Amino acid sequence: MSHDHTHEHDHGDHPYQPDIEDFPFTERMVMTQAVAELIVEKGICTADELRQQIELMDSREPGLGAKLVAKAWADPAYKARVLEDVGKAAAEIGIDIGDIPIKAIENTGDVHNVVVCTLCSCYPRMLIGLPPDWYKSRAYRSRTVKEPRKVLEEFGTHIPDDVEVRVHDSTADLRYIVLPARPAGTEDWDEHKLAQLITRDSMVGVTPAKSPEDL
Amino acid sequence: MNALRYTPGDRVRVRAAFPPGHVRTPYFVRGCDGEVQEIAGTYPNPEELAYGRDGKPDVPLYRVSFRQSDIWDGYTGPADDTIVIDIYEHWLEPAE
Repeated sequence: MSHDHTHEHDHGDHPYQPDIEDFPFTERMVMTQAVAELIVEKGICTADELRQQIELMDSREPGLGAKLVAKAWADPAYKARVLEDVGKAAAEIGIDIGDIPIKAIENTGDVHNVVVCTLCSCYPRMLIGLPPDWYKSRAYRSRTVKEPRKVLEEFGTHIPDDVEVRVHDSTADLRYIVLPARPAGTEDWDEHKLAQLITRDSMVGVTPAKSPEDL
Repeated sequence: MNALRYTPGDRVRVRAAFPPGHVRTPYFVRGCDGEVQEIAGTYPNPEELAYGRDGKPDVPLYRVSFRQSDIWDGYTGPADDTIVIDIYEHWLEPAE
């Protein structure tokens, strides 16, 4: 203990961080737990299979998408395969994206792409992990389709007027990953070094990739 | 699967329909004209899947491009800005 005095351990004299159990359970928390228990009780899958699926989802992170984008930057033939079929291209580098198709959309000098799901929070989770809270917020979902340039400015991203802003509303069966444009000054970089420039937000399209001087 | 009704380049209009229940076509684009950009495959109908049915027959899904200025009154960005939305075939009709 870092305190140099002894005291009754009731925390009565200063605020403390409440645990989840200190709040009332919401109806959705209760329903989620109930459905999980029913799935196991009815033998649809085992508790271990449920846990494995959660573990699988939690193992997904933006580094996987960055690896794919870096290889696409470094290898034009691979980029062509990514644009054709992300699932097959990801499998080539040992990433299994599961059953939900993902489509790659490429930023160029003429077009800046940004992804939103106005209906819910569809996101290429198997390639870049769970979405950030802002992606699921009503503000992002409603404003990105209506005033995308203003939303991008709030992320610190200015798109010149002679570049088309193309919003993709991911409301159906496809998920989208943006291939950000490769920054200048990286011509002799290998994939490993390139991957450090590719962030989660750049693959959603709210920012460009980092510049070499950002590293 | 039936033959695809639209091909890339076709001008289409999103049905201005407002049925109850689970619908994937965003409200803000209903009644708007756009252009088929790409065919995205065929999928079980989500409006059926949502109620525990099998969603058969599969329905074609299109990536349809809209000019922002055709969707929003007073869109302030450049005229070339677009939004691409995935729309199932039964929500589209030929643009007049």
